[in-house]
Amino acid sequence: MLDSTMIELSRWQFAATAMYHFLFVPLTLGLSWMLVIMESVYVMTGREIYKDMTKFWGKLFGINFALGVTTGLTMEFQFGTNWAYYSHYVGDVFGAPLAIEGLMAFFLESTFIGLFFLGWERLSKRQHLLVTFLTALGSNLSALWILIANGWMQYPVGAEFSYETMRMEMVSFADVLFNPVAQVKFVHTVAAGYVTGAMFVAGISAWYMLKGRDLAFARRSFSVAVGFGMAGILSVLLLGDESGYEVGDVQKVKLAAIEAEWETEPAPAAFTLFGLPSNEDQETHMAVKVPWVLGLIATRSLDQEVKGLKELMREHEVRIRSGMIAYDYLQRLRAGDDRPAVRAAFAEHKQDLGYGLLLKPFIDNPAAASEEQIQAAVRFSIPQVAPVFWAFRIMVGAGLWMLILLSLGFWYNAKRVIVDQRWLLWAFVLSIPVPWIAAETGWFVAEFGRQPWAIGEVLPTAIAASSLTARDLMFSLSAFVIFYTALFLIEVYLMIRFGREGPSSLHTGRYHFERLAAPAGPAAGAGPATAPSRLRQGD
Amino acid sequence: MLDYDTLKLIWWLLVGVLFIGFAVTDGMDMGVGTLLPFLGRTDSERRAIINTVGPHWDGNQVWLITAGGAIFAAWPLVYATAFSGFYFAMLLALFALFFRPVGFDYRSKIKSQRWRSAWDWGLFIGGAVPALVFGIAFGNLLQGVPFHLDTMLRSWYTGNFFGLLNPFALLAGLISLGMLTLHGAIWLQLRTGEPMAGRARALVRRLGLFTMAAFALAGVWLIVGIRGFEVVSMPPADAVPNPLNKEVVISSWAWLHNYWRHPYSLLFPVLGFFGLYRAIRLSEQERCGLALLMSALGITGIIMTAGAAMFPFIMPSSSDPNSSLIVWDATSSQLTLTVMFWAAVLFLPLILGYTTWTYAKMWRRVTVEEIEAQDTLAY
Ligand code: HDD
Ligand code: HEM
Ligand code: HEM
Repeated sequence: MLDSTMIELSRWQFAATAMYHFLFVPLTLGLSWMLVIMESVYVMTGREIYKDMTKFWGKLFGINFALGVTTGLTMEFQFGTNWAYYSHYVGDVFGAPLAIEGLMAFFLESTFIGLFFLGWERLSKRQHLLVTFLTALGSNLSALWILIANGWMQYPVGAEFSYETMRMEMVSFADVLFNPVAQVKFVHTVAAGYVTGAMFVAGISAWYMLKGRDLAFARRSFSVAVGFGMAGILSVLLLGDESGYEVGDVQKVKLAAIEAEWETEPAPAAFTLFGLPSNEDQETHMAVKVPWVLGLIATRSLDQEVKGLKELMREHEVRIRSGMIAYDYLQRLRAGDDRPAVRAAFAEHKQDLGYGLLLKPFIDNPAAASEEQIQAAVRFSIPQVAPVFWAFRIMVGAGLWMLILLSLGFWYNAKRVIVDQRWLLWAFVLSIPVPWIAAETGWFVAEFGRQPWAIGEVLPTAIAASSLTARDLMFSLSAFVIFYTALFLIEVYLMIRFGREGPSSLHTGRYHFERLAAPAGPAAGAGPATAPSRLRQGD
Repeated sequence: MLDYDTLKLIWWLLVGVLFIGFAVTDGMDMGVGTLLPFLGRTDSERRAIINTVGPHWDGNQVWLITAGGAIFAAWPLVYATAFSGFYFAMLLALFALFFRPVGFDYRSKIKSQRWRSAWDWGLFIGGAVPALVFGIAFGNLLQGVPFHLDTMLRSWYTGNFFGLLNPFALLAGLISLGMLTLHGAIWLQLRTGEPMAGRARALVRRLGLFTMAAFALAGVWLIVGIRGFEVVSMPPADAVPNPLNKEVVISSWAWLHNYWRHPYSLLFPVLGFFGLYRAIRLSEQERCGLALLMSALGITGIIMTAGAAMFPFIMPSSSDPNSSLIVWDATSSQLTLTVMFWAAVLFLPLILGYTTWTYAKMWRRVTVEEIEAQDTLAY
């Protein structure tokens, strides 16, 4: 049997490296399109300031992109290094989108990103715009394919277990491709990226406005950001993940966990605003409920019910028992006894094989599990509720906060009085981390809420890992933590440094510090009213 | 739909193509990274060197990423067994690779000598270490790897990291490092101005001869000192893949059987030597474009030599030969191989097309003068 500490550490390692990767991904997804927008304006109007905008935000984009690539490398190989049984068990289905992602998306974004930075002098304006566009397209296509892969983990359609090869095999590529869970995930996740890009540019631009620096530059950047951000946040909130919950047991469990709903409630379900869910007691203490709202969020209707965790667990118990039978027949088949009767009996219980495997942490041969072990597996068949519950609320709260902020920003910007709303500008500056918090907690809900499954209803996380030892993992996990922390500090240092310097870092001679440098020496602390950059630039 | 056995064979070739693509493109900029601290003596010289690959290294690296993804999709058991078995070797390569994106992107963003030279050594590690590790991995595959599969097809690796560092594997590592550094040197001779180009040129001969000698030595060693693997019996090639259904023995000369049976495959080692040799000569004659092509050919020959010797083995097991993973039984289902085949047919030409366009657009010698003139436009 696998060492449970090792599994625990493998999960920590995957969680840490994936969440770290996703610090950089959303900014790439959003900022890349904003660069396309800025550069398009430049190409259409010929106004230099838009070129400067593309270049400056492109610089920050590059600092971020480098770590996106670095950390992505880990992800690409980590399924093999740390989740070897997983890789064998589902590689036939899961590997395909990953490989296609490389062929279709990574090549595109990575080939053109180099020209984006170094090709300004060598490409015509239109060619360069095309390059920027293809980079953005590549990034977004990569999100599409990886989310098809991830959507399949949540809701594994288009595949069948084969006892001969001892793995899941693809039976319909189209089903994998058009997986409803993957589609809603894609929309929600890229839109989250767009919001991230927008909040980032808006926040930094707001800071320039507060400092009274490079106003023409900051205002234009801010306009692009809030426009793009409005579209993004509306997509995130309106085109959320709801429809994904109509399918698949894992998603139903997750939904109930998000809501800490233990008993099935009649439709339309109430939304628990606050509470202290407890897996031990199987109830939520101190719950504060708002009627109807959950039904709306979860099912977008007033007449569908949301199943409670206790009912779901009762269903799981039935399937675990059936899975024990499946496991028994599987062993016979693997031992070479493939008489038609055995095959037929296996086929009958095969869809519950995964549930049988849930017993693996408790007993090596699930077919022989005791009543006690079955009950343990049943309790183990749902995730820890409290973290999912709270993470979800943080994400939603962050989303609502950004909706308010972006709406106000959009409004005042349209009325051309944004520069005077200092409190709002400060709110933008301070809210720069908020989209990241939302995206990270969102992934946490999606992934932790899927436990105990690595592949929904097919492969429990507890047997998906490689045959390594806890010591191996302690070593590698520490190495990742140390290395990644160092890289993160360097990245943030560069971001802050170039963020502070602003467009002056382009050395065009047109911006704040360079204009100050000539007559007045040190440039810090220029108040808004007196700063020379109040002069209009570029138009 | 194509026949299953044909598809299995095609995927062996396609994975080979991806590896060769990786070695020829990304291998080149790994070679450049390895040479960076030695061929560039001043900051501007180093920047010139970096900027020859500046626009391309990221796209090149995707050959590696895609090779990883393709192995996952086409040979899931290989992806699982090899990467988890070679755990620390993989991590070593991975951590070394981390230095590249940040090294290229961050190095010149700050004008501090210490900062820059630290990243230069980072780029050196990011080039040399993976080149070595990949060669060492190949060297171990040729000797067989200690792992077995249980009846549920979970793989158990019983070796350790230091076992990977045996003399033959180290020699394979040196071949890999040598050929990629040679390739990088020729690229620099082609694409930088003086004095870097001259220094690169002076190295080409030594690197080339070294690689040829190491390759020859490995060949002799393989013949006299390394026992190969041979399939004694197995289900038909188009059967449902099950790696536990065959019988494999370890025997002397087994790695020569393919050459014996198909003498034309001797072309691969010949190509290896010929490519490297022509590369040296052409570089001496300053015909660097052709020289680069020839070193690419030499690299192809060397990789194919190892591949052809082992075929149909991908990952032989030394501790339980019957668990060995081979082209016929470590693959995905027919449908997956088909889907992936069409994806490759569709995208590979497209990739080659736009990659060529980007190289053409950025084609020029990068000189110190130019770097100094375009301070903010370059890496
Ligand atoms: C929703 C989007 C998304 C998600 C969930 C992931 N990635 Fe990612 N990844 C990207 C979106 C992205 C990107 C936007 O395309 C990146 C991020 C920044 C960047 O440079 O490209 C990227 C970079 C990136 C790279 C480097 C590619 C290159 O050189 O261009 C690799 C190999 C991976 N990722 C692999 C993975 C794997 C195996 C993941 C699954 C665990 C994963 N990513 C999750
Ligand atoms: C980049 C955004 C992602 C984040 C932030 C993220 C987050 C997490 C977290 C927190 C866990 C740990 C769950 C736990 O063990 O309790 C996890 C596990 C895992 N995730 Fe993700 N994930 C991301 C993307 C993906 C994608 C796109 C895939 C697949 C294509 C994926 C596959 C996995 C696997 C295989 C595990 C390990 C098995 C497991 O613990 O269930 N993740 N991830
Ligand atoms: C009212 C607001 C929101 C709702 C109702 C909502 C809903 C959800 C749900 C239910 C999930 C889990 C999906 C799954 O398990 O498959 C999720 C995941 C996620 N959320 Fe949100 N979300 C909201 C706002 C946001 C915001 C503002 C962001 C970021 C800017 C965000 C980013 C994410 C991400 C990155 C994921 C993980 C990927 C995925 O599963 O789609 N969400 N969201």
